[in-house]
Amino acid sequence: MSKIITIDDEPLARSIVKEYLQKYPGLEIVEECNDGFEGFKAIQQHQPDLIFLDIQMPKINGFEMLELLDQSPAVIFTTAFDEYAIKAFEAHAIDYLLKPFSQERFDKAIQKWKEQKVGSQKNTEELLETASHSPAQSQRIVVKTGSKIKIIPVHDVFYLEAADDYVKVHTQEGSFLKNKTMSHFEKTLDQQQFVRSHRSYIVNIQQITRIDPYEKDNHVAILKSGTKVPVSRNGYVKLRSVLGL
Amino acid sequence: MIASPLSILRFRIIFSATWWVIVIMDVSFLQNLFGVSFRIALIDGIVTNILLILFCLLIINTLRFYLPRSSRYLNILVWCILLTGLWIALQRWLLLLFCGSNEDYAFFLGKSLVIRAVIGFLLLGCVTLISILWYNWQEQKENEKRERDAEKLARDAELFKLRQQLQPHFLFNSLNSINALIGMKPDEARKMVQQLSDFLRGTMRKEENQVISFSEELEYLKLYLEIEKVRFGYRLKTELDIAEESLRWKIPSLLLQPIMENAIKFGLYGTTGEVTIALRARVFDKYLVIAVMNPYDADMQMPTGTGFGLNSVKRRLYLLFARSDLVEINKEKNYFVVVIKIPDTNE
Repeated sequence: MSKIITIDDEPLARSIVKEYLQKYPGLEIVEECNDGFEGFKAIQQHQPDLIFLDIQMPKINGFEMLELLDQSPAVIFTTAFDEYAIKAFEAHAIDYLLKPFSQERFDKAIQKWKEQKVGSQKNTEELLETASHSPAQSQRIVVKTGSKIKIIPVHDVFYLEAADDYVKVHTQEGSFLKNKTMSHFEKTLDQQQFVRSHRSYIVNIQQITRIDPYEKDNHVAILKSGTKVPVSRNGYVKLRSVLGL
Repeated sequence: MIASPLSILRFRIIFSATWWVIVIMDVSFLQNLFGVSFRIALIDGIVTNILLILFCLLIINTLRFYLPRSSRYLNILVWCILLTGLWIALQRWLLLLFCGSNEDYAFFLGKSLVIRAVIGFLLLGCVTLISILWYNWQEQKENEKRERDAEKLARDAELFKLRQQLQPHFLFNSLNSINALIGMKPDEARKMVQQLSDFLRGTMRKEENQVISFSEELEYLKLYLEIEKVRFGYRLKTELDIAEESLRWKIPSLLLQPIMENAIKFGLYGTTGEVTIALRARVFDKYLVIAVMNPYDADMQMPTGTGFGLNSVKRRLYLLFARSDLVEINKEKNYFVVVIKIPDTNE
């Protein structure tokens, strides 16, 4: 018996998946979720074999929900219309269903999944990397603290700090870990607002109150919160050009 | 094609009257100041001035097709001089042909050629200058008109596009809902197909019905809300509070739907659980004031660029009423309120 979870904010959209699944006795829907929060919880609880996931959903979208999972299940995306998502799917040859879809098309997707061609972990990671370049997602960072999900608007971020395989996101309310790389953030964040001041630091220039010299050749940026962020020689050049000095 | 100044009656009258004045003055000068006999003076006056008018017409018509740019004015001067020379040569030849037998006159003609040339040059120069000014003015007027037309076209196209903006997301999701209903509740599926068709027809309404009554717009909005309620089920609740006197108010068609769509998205995507969207309409000091309210979570950072835009509504009202203060957005504690004011268009 394979466990399935459907995550879509429209009840009828979930029921059509349910209907199409009726001819597969070996596949059972263990939970239907209304949004990414519920989906995240249900996936952790049931460890499903396959999920049907919509992109545009309340609070956090489908991609953001997947980002939060340590281990992503196989995913078949269902979406009505989303340019960025479709580009991402195509780039990574992941199967997706465009609403409204037929039973035949649905069967094909199930067939692919059974042959393990759908939504392997590696594919999904690459997909998320591509999808996170969409303008909708570069406005905020979704993190989890314990079992809770937190959405951080990028303009609330003070600075980012490299921490092993993670990036530490520093805000007013403390710091949060996100399993992404520094270069990912350097690429996706607005370069007029976020500058990589140092190999291990990306700083929000809105937060900088002044930049002081520090030891030989180096500088340090003083933030409004009083925090000091290291600035390398290279980073100093970048900062100066963005700040127009 | 740019119109010649002679296509205008008033110009034709002035032009021919001036010509007659010149002819009469010419003849009387020749007769009274220079003692030329009336017959010869008349021939001289008519021959010179017919030639003059032909040259003038030549200039006016040539400039109509070939208008020199400001850097080419030297060319014009040269042409004026050449035409004057030609005019002098022609009149000398013709006058000698007709009246050459009178030796006194032939002598007088020879002596007066210089003064004739000066007068001719001045007159031809004047005509040239006036023509250039006229044609430049015409061309400018034409350009201005073209620009105005282009602007109007662009404005109409923009208005049309703003009105027409249908979210593909909405359309495909509705079709998906219908697809689900066909299996479970065929009657409801049929009803929704009907509603969706009526809604789509409404979005395709032609330009001439750009202004409709608020009650009509409301009917259309209800159609839209019905569809959305089928899509989102119990999660979506709406409250309409409409003052009686607002129903007759004229408003631009399809104005409310994007606002409602925005509220629904904001409300449904920004929070979980049940969402109530409230619409209130009142007539207030010569304005129809419509407020659309949706709950929202202040802690949420809504993604931008996914169609959560009231900009199209703002832009449309600006294009229609040339005012940018008709849309107001208020974020209160847990509510997001969009207020639009529609001026009285009956005035």
